[in-house]
Amino acid sequence: MNIYIVIAAYNEEKSIISVIKSLKKEGYHNIIVVDDGSRDKTYELCKKEKIHILRHVINRGQGAALKTGMDFALLSGAEIIVTFDADGQHRADEIKRLTELVRKGEVDVALGSRFLDSKTKVPFFKRIMLKGAIIFTWAFSGIKLTDTHNGFRAFSRNAAEKIQITEDRFEHASEIIDEIAKKRIRFKEVPVTIVYSKYARAKGQSIFNSLRIAFKLILGKLAR
Amino acid sequence: MVQLIQIIVVLFAIFAISMAFLRFRDRKIKFSGLVLWAGVWAAAIVVILLPGTSFFFANILGIQRGADFVVYISIIVLFYLMFRLYVKIDNVEKNVTKLVREVAIDRERKRK
Repeated sequence: MNIYIVIAAYNEEKSIISVIKSLKKEGYHNIIVVDDGSRDKTYELCKKEKIHILRHVINRGQGAALKTGMDFALLSGAEIIVTFDADGQHRADEIKRLTELVRKGEVDVALGSRFLDSKTKVPFFKRIMLKGAIIFTWAFSGIKLTDTHNGFRAFSRNAAEKIQITEDRFEHASEIIDEIAKKRIRFKEVPVTIVYSKYARAKGQSIFNSLRIAFKLILGKLAR
Repeated sequence: MVQLIQIIVVLFAIFAISMAFLRFRDRKIKFSGLVLWAGVWAAAIVVILLPGTSFFFANILGIQRGADFVVYISIIVLFYLMFRLYVKIDNVEKNVTKLVREVAIDRERKRK
């Protein structure tokens, strides 16, 4: 099956090449990196690799970059689209397990969850924030997940065409869940490991940003 | 007795109305926009020169002082305009994203 890996990258020159290499090592050669207006060498470095590299001339946010990559994957004839983080916190060798149910056609979306097994050691503060996000998502979308805001996901072509990402920034993570609930797309959570390197931790979400996201989502719901 | 504040407000209002008129002449705003802004500033002139008018409206609404009435109305109008701006900016942002996306996809397709 035609699997495309979509990576949104913003100032990831330190990690992007090793992420690409790890994907190729696992046999994934349809790689789409969307450089979201990085100010470092992300774009130049990626250009040397045999991958698709799309560039946002202006930084538009992670949600926007993922949508760009997914649109391009659909245009390229992707049958399965996997979203993968650029900072090295996901493991390429877990794509196979993540996509398994989608390949079999049993579900249309597989969502990675770091809480389904105990392999991932989640830092205490991060754990509290994530649990808050889970309750929040439950209240808003009516879907109870063990993990939200996990960027490791697999979509069937059908699901990728249905899900509309309109939020440019990090709100897209909740928006995707919302879309799955609204459009009754078949999904399942699959255990994945998150590698909490020092680098990835420094790039994570701050608590203020999380509150901003919550505020924006409430506003969005009220405006609808 | 004419107060200094009255002179300042009137001059500023005249300036603002003339600006609105110039923008209308340059077709930067629509006729409805000219009417709106000219109306707002004309009302400001009336209220500052004849404080009795604001008291008259305040009385109808049950507000004690005319000045309070002016402040309340201003805040309501400001909030409304801010909301409109918020919606507008949100739309502009989404359109920018669409453009940036189109350019990104187009360039990569041509590169191959």
